[in-house]
Parts: sequence; C-alpha cells; structure tokens
Amino acid sequence: MSKTLTINGKTHTVDLPGDVPLLWVLRDEVGLTGTKFGCGVAACGACTVQIDGEAVRSCQVPLEDVWGEVTTIEGHGTPDALSALQEAWITHQVAQCGYCQSGQIMQAAALLAQTPRPTDAQIDEAMSGNLCRCGTYPRIRAAIHDAANRMEG
Amino acid sequence: MSRIGKIARRTFLIGSVAVVGGVAFGAWFVGRPAPNPLQPKDGEAAFNPFVMIDDKQITLFAPRAEMGQGVETTWAALIAEELDVTLDQVTVLHGPAAKAYYNSAMVGEGLPGKGYDNSEFSHWVGDKLGHLGKLFDLQLTGGSTSMKDGFERMREAGASARETLKEAAAKRLGVKRADLKTEKGAVIAPDGSRIAYTELAAEAAGLDPVTADLRDPGEWTLIGQNQPRTDIVAKTTGTATYGVDVRLPGMKFASVRMNPRLGAPMNGFDASAAHTMPGVEKVIDLGTGVAVVATNTWLAMQALEAIKFDWGEAPYPSETDAVFDTIARAFDDKPNSTMRDDGDVSVLPEGATEVTADYSLPYLAHATMEPMTATALLEEGKLTVWAPNQAPTIIAMKCADAAGLETDQVEVNTTYLGGGFGRRTEVDYAVYATRVAAEMPGTPVQVTWSREEDMTHDFYRPGAMARMRGAVKDGKAVLLDGKVAAQSCTFQAMTRITGLGGGGPDKVHVEGAFNQPYAIPNYRMAGHLAQLDVPVGFWRSVGNSFNGFFMESFIDEMAIAANRDPLEFRIELAEAEWAPAAGVLKAVAEMSDWKARKRPGRGLGVAMIYSFGTPVAEVIEVEEQDGMIRLTNAWIACDMGIALDPRNVEAQMFSGMVYGLSAAMFGEITFADGMVEQQNFPDYEALRIHTMPKVEVRVLETQDHLGGAGEPGTPPAAPALANAIFDLTGKRARRLPLMHDFNLFV
Ligand code: FES
Ligand code: FES
Repeated sequence: MSKTLTINGKTHTVDLPGDVPLLWVLRDEVGLTGTKFGCGVAACGACTVQIDGEAVRSCQVPLEDVWGEVTTIEGHGTPDALSALQEAWITHQVAQCGYCQSGQIMQAAALLAQTPRPTDAQIDEAMSGNLCRCGTYPRIRAAIHDAANRMEG
Repeated sequence: MSRIGKIARRTFLIGSVAVVGGVAFGAWFVGRPAPNPLQPKDGEAAFNPFVMIDDKQITLFAPRAEMGQGVETTWAALIAEELDVTLDQVTVLHGPAAKAYYNSAMVGEGLPGKGYDNSEFSHWVGDKLGHLGKLFDLQLTGGSTSMKDGFERMREAGASARETLKEAAAKRLGVKRADLKTEKGAVIAPDGSRIAYTELAAEAAGLDPVTADLRDPGEWTLIGQNQPRTDIVAKTTGTATYGVDVRLPGMKFASVRMNPRLGAPMNGFDASAAHTMPGVEKVIDLGTGVAVVATNTWLAMQALEAIKFDWGEAPYPSETDAVFDTIARAFDDKPNSTMRDDGDVSVLPEGATEVTADYSLPYLAHATMEPMTATALLEEGKLTVWAPNQAPTIIAMKCADAAGLETDQVEVNTTYLGGGFGRRTEVDYAVYATRVAAEMPGTPVQVTWSREEDMTHDFYRPGAMARMRGAVKDGKAVLLDGKVAAQSCTFQAMTRITGLGGGGPDKVHVEGAFNQPYAIPNYRMAGHLAQLDVPVGFWRSVGNSFNGFFMESFIDEMAIAANRDPLEFRIELAEAEWAPAAGVLKAVAEMSDWKARKRPGRGLGVAMIYSFGTPVAEVIEVEEQDGMIRLTNAWIACDMGIALDPRNVEAQMFSGMVYGLSAAMFGEITFADGMVEQQNFPDYEALRIHTMPKVEVRVLETQDHLGGAGEPGTPPAAPALANAIFDLTGKRARRLPLMHDFNLFV
C-alpha cells in the first residue's frame, strides 16, 4: 500500500505492505535510525516514538494503522537544538551504551507533557516498560526530575 | 634490574609521521613497530595511531570498543592530560582493526598469581608479558583491562606530541623549547602569544619525535576529574551510529535463522513460501541455517518465519537436567586446577564446627540491548565489515577466511556497541554477514538478528556447580575447601579463535574463588572442567560471576554458623589478608549504617569480591511489602587505586550491580529438545526502573594498583542479594534465579 506519513513535521510517502511495523518504516525505509529495535514484542521500549504526542511502541504499530503525526528522537531535539529534557540527560550523563536512550527520552517526554512534576511513583509507572541493560535507571530518574524543574523555569 | 630497564626503554618507541597538512603521533612497543594501521588516502603519507593533528583539527584515536563503559572518553582524557587540550577541542575516533592497537594488559592478566598480593616486580613482569598481546594481535576490549592498558601508553603518546609541537614552535620562534608552555591546544610563546597546534602541525611533521617524562599526578587536571562523556550528545539525540544504524548506498537488509540446536547441522529446509513473500530478494543456505535478504529487516524476518526447517540433533544432552548431570560428573574427575592450597584442608581443626553447602547456577545469556548485527560489502579483492564488536583483529581474521581473502584485504569498522558484556568478543555475527555478502558481490548487506535468534544463539555464561566445605572456630573461618565444576569458556573460546584447544590450569574458571583476600589458614580451591559442547563464552566478570556467588554465599553461611555478624566476620578475615578489601567492607558498613538499619521486615546482605584488580563490597537491602520481596537500597564501595574518572567509575559500578542483580533474580537459560527455551525479554526479565533499588557508590583510592571498572561491580550483586533474602526470610538461596524460590516484587 502507499501511505503518506507526517514524521517530525515532514511528509514521507512509502509504498509497503500495510503490516510492516512503523519501527522498520522509520529505520529501513525513511532512514531515521535514532529509533531502535530491541525486541519486536513490546517488551523493551527501545522503539518508543510519539504519535500525536502519545508514547507508543513503534514495533507494534503497523504502517496501515498509523493514526497521526509521528515524532521520533530526531524530531524531539538535535545536537544543535537540544530539548530541556536532553539537556538534563546530558547534565546527568545518563547514557552508557546509549542504545535504549532514544526510547527512554521519548517516553519521558510524553510523561512530562502530561505530568509536568512527576513523583517517583509516576516515573516508575511511566518508565517501567523501558528496559536498560546497562542499568542507567538512577540517572534516568534524576534527569527526569531535573528536566521537570528546568521546564517549569 | 637496570639492564632489563634499559632494554624496556629501548623497546618503547614513539613515532611521528607527516600527513597532509599535519602530523600524527603514536606509541609502539616491542622492538619493531607494528604495521601502521591507518591506511593513507590519496596523496597522504601513512601515519600512526593515537594523535593526529592537521591544519583544521585535532583527532584522538581510542581503539577500544565503546559499549557504554566510557573508554572512549577516558582514553581521550589520558592523551589530553599530557597534550594540553580540552576534550571539547578534539574529535575522538575508534580507528581501524590494527596490530598496533593490541591490548597490552590482557595477557598480563593470565599470570598465575592471586592479583592483590602482586609485588611491584610481578606487576612489571605482567606488563612485559602483556606485550604478548601484540604478538597475538589481540585488539580486544574485555577483562576490564582498558585502563591498565591505556594508562601509560596514552599519556606517553600525548606527551610526545606536545613536546614535538613545542619543538616546532621553538624552531619557528628561534627560542628554546624549554621556554615555551602549552595550554588548551596551543603553544604559548615567552611573550604570551599563542600558536595553535593546528598551525604547527605541518612543521612538527618534519621533526623527529621528542619524548618526555610523564607529569606528576599532582599536576593532573583531567585525570581524576569527572569528564563529560565524548559520546554523550550523540547518544542523547539518536545520532550515534550503532551497528544496526550503518546505512550505505544500495544496501540490502537481511536476517538469519540458524539451528537452535547449537552447533548442529541443518538436514534441509523448504523456503518455497518465503520466496514469494514481499520484499524478499534472496534465500541463502548457510549450511547450519538460512539467511534471507530483503528490502527491509522486518520483511526478511517474516520470510524466515515462513521457512520450514529440518534441524539436526544437538551435540550436547538435550534437556537441562542432563546437562547439569554432566557438570556434576566433572566432580569425579581429577581437578583441572588447584590454584590455592594453603594449610591442610584434610583435617578438621580441633574443636571446629564443619559447614557444608552445594550450589548450582544456571547458564545465562548476555542479552545486549542491540541484538547481534553486522554489515558487510564484498568487492573485487576487498571485504569491508561494519560491526559493533570487541575484537576487530579477530573479525578481520575470521571474515577473511569466510571470504577466501587475506586478513589485510579486510577493513573492519567498529561502530558504537549497543552493549557488549563480553558477547561481542565473539565474531559469529560478522562471519554470517560476510558469508551473506559473499553471495551478493558489490552489494552491501546488513544482517540483523531477531531478539529470539540472539537469545537462543549466544555463547552463554556456563552453568556452574560448587561443593563447599568449611569450618569455623571461635567465631572465625579456619577452613575452606571448595570444588567448582563448569565448562571452560577460556578453552572453548581459544579453540574458536585459534583452532587449538587450551591446556593447563584454567585460572578464569576458578577466579573469584581461589584468589579472594581472606585470611583463612586452610584454604583450597579446585576447578573441575565439565566436558560439554554447549557454546559458552565471556559474560560480564566471567568466572567471578559464579565463583563470587559460591564464595560469598558460603562465607555468609560460615558467619552464621560461627554466630557472627556477617559483615564483621568478613572485615576480620579481610583485614588480616589485604587492607583494601577490609576498607571497602568498612565503607559499606558505614554507608548503609549496617547495625542501626536492621529491623523486622527488612533484610540486609553483604558481599565482597576482588576481581579485575578491584575489591568491591556491596550491601543490598530488601523489604517485605505486601507479601513480596522488594529491593529498596544498595550501597557499593570499590577501591580503584586511581579513579581516572570517578563519575564514570560510579556508573560502571551500579551498572555492573544491576547486571548481576537482574541475573540473580530472573536470569536462566534452559534447554528442552536441545534448544534454548528462553526466546525474548519476557522470558529473560531484568531489573527495571520500578524494581531498581536506590543506590549509593563510594570510590576509594587506597590500593597501589590501577583496578578495572567495567566488571567488578557484577560479582558481589547476586550473593549480597541472596544473603539479604536469607536475613529477611531465614531461607538460603543455593540456586538461582531467585524467582523460583522467593516471591519477588516484579
Ligand atoms: S522493540 Fe519495540 S518494545 Fe522492544
Ligand atoms: S544505556 Fe545501554 S541499554 Fe540503556
């Protein structure tokens, strides 16, 4: 099927079977490799992107079902124009291998959009689907709290 | 000593070479320089490894796998410390596979001693033997060796580059080199004017390199300070290139399905349905499995699902129980090693109480966050491989074999690694990519495994068993007699790399058991090798990962049998043997407020293990909440000798602990019908943010030697948790994972 997607504010038309997950459309067809493949079964969160601001596992969203505007890590902030969340992530030196971090950040961004001052319990609730085999959790938590402060100004 | 010292000095060479518009510096060991790895591009002269300066920029090479441990940053900081540049002034690259990048510390680790008791001299001998790493061309990242390996070499490269740049400036200005200073990437003239290194590069290229003494630690401005990671912005913005992110013009995507009965042949397969599926371009018979090449990775994986396979039989017992029966039988054989045999363990000391316990630990997968992947392109007489890997020179060798080429016809590009943990010292993923690319000359192909393929085709942490016997008397451990049985990952890996099996005592197999800094007068540790063909390999902390559990669970059992506080019991044993080990124990006692914290419904456990040159103590606190056991707090203390980058050491410590706790709670690889049963993360859970305890790390610097950081945080985690659960429930965990025997909060 041919489908036109809006990704990070730009439109892309792809011609692919409708069951190809958004993850692979982004990575292998559109060339946005910031979103990662970790498990393919909604168990790790490495593939997290936002559709209309809602955090979703892109490995679970078939192309034919993409219902809104897609934001990936590349659209969230760039090295030259970091988001407040990314600045906090850098201040706390969160990343180790870094492979899970695109997903962590996209999940955390959705959390902060909904809950500007999350409690530890709310962070647990929102972030528990995002696995980090390097165990960067303490710094993820600190960076989210810090970003909440920065964003309130 | 003086004559040997002279030879050592002579064998140490600093080179410098002209490059277009600039100069490159490096340090080479062992008499003759290794062939220069950085191939000259058109019109460029060949240049050497660690520092390169042209008229535009300063580039540092850190040819070690960056898998999260921060080696890229710390190696760059070691060079920058002597070169007088700041890390934001330089670009850091990994560089190609090259003999000049051999790991000098790796072979030194193979020496027979316990480690902590090494004299200066034997450390020196270890360094010299380390040069064998070059002879084996081991450009390997592993064994927590990177800092020991780079500590002097990188600083020497930086110092030589600095002095040579000063020499160029001295010539230009007509002054003495000694009258010049350097600062932030520039030479400062006596009148205070600055000449940037980039401006001096061309002139420096014409000079003989100048060597210089290394600075006194008191003068360090970068080493010992927290450095912002050089990879942090890229890894925070999705712009870092991992193995799966390599994109080349005309590239195809592929995936593989290999025999789930590991090492067995494939009798046949039917791919008729796969051939007609969307996007499928090629189905390739790899002999022990099949690759599908398609227009995207998911379509390739889907097509593999549609293939019917007839798999051959596994070369090992097909069920977990039978595998462990084989391991247990190894206890009946003569031990492969008895690396410690102090006193006499055959007689129970008069009036002592005997303690015994048997333990059993499962096979484990690495489960790196990025599944196995590599990209390869075969062109006329040349193979290019892009791979997240810990062993580029072995990749070059094995992929050359697979493509029918010579090693020097292979270029290996090392990307960032989405986790390594030892898995990427193996090269299977790169060899498969090469074999697929060989079927499609001129077309680059990226081969990415599904998570299921990754989990079921690992080189596993060996399953291991222990039979421990000890004795306590007057509140002290007076006897420890242990036997460990497991497959040898060292011998198996050596066979894979060299084609020749290992021989002699396997130290790695008993590390973490024989070499612990406890003064127990009668102390023997025997290692029995299980003969099995389950693929096994190096899993973060290797032998320490199981031996540490055996030792520190059993020490705890002895403490309880002796009616002693487990932490005080250990401090006493350590104090009499090696002060830094007692030091980390005292630190966690203080950090956790060990005595005052105890209360009903809460359990505290401690473990201390010396591994990779670093003693690490951990205290884990668990609480019973709603009938479930929850990890609430953790305290870690380590003694690094010198902490090159304390914030990074802290990150490595809690990272290592999380890896160990995840395995202790949930990790196991089991076999049914010859196949691994666990397929994906739901079957191989790990700690997540809501199950992660709060953690505090203290980094001490009291010991004389530079310790490793990437692995030593792992071994104490499992026994500290098991001991905490005993403290809470009164029940000993003599097997893992804990989820089978305890109601854990998940
Ligand atoms: S790849 Fe989508 S959740 Fe793991
Ligand atoms: S930083 Fe490595 S998996 Fe999260």
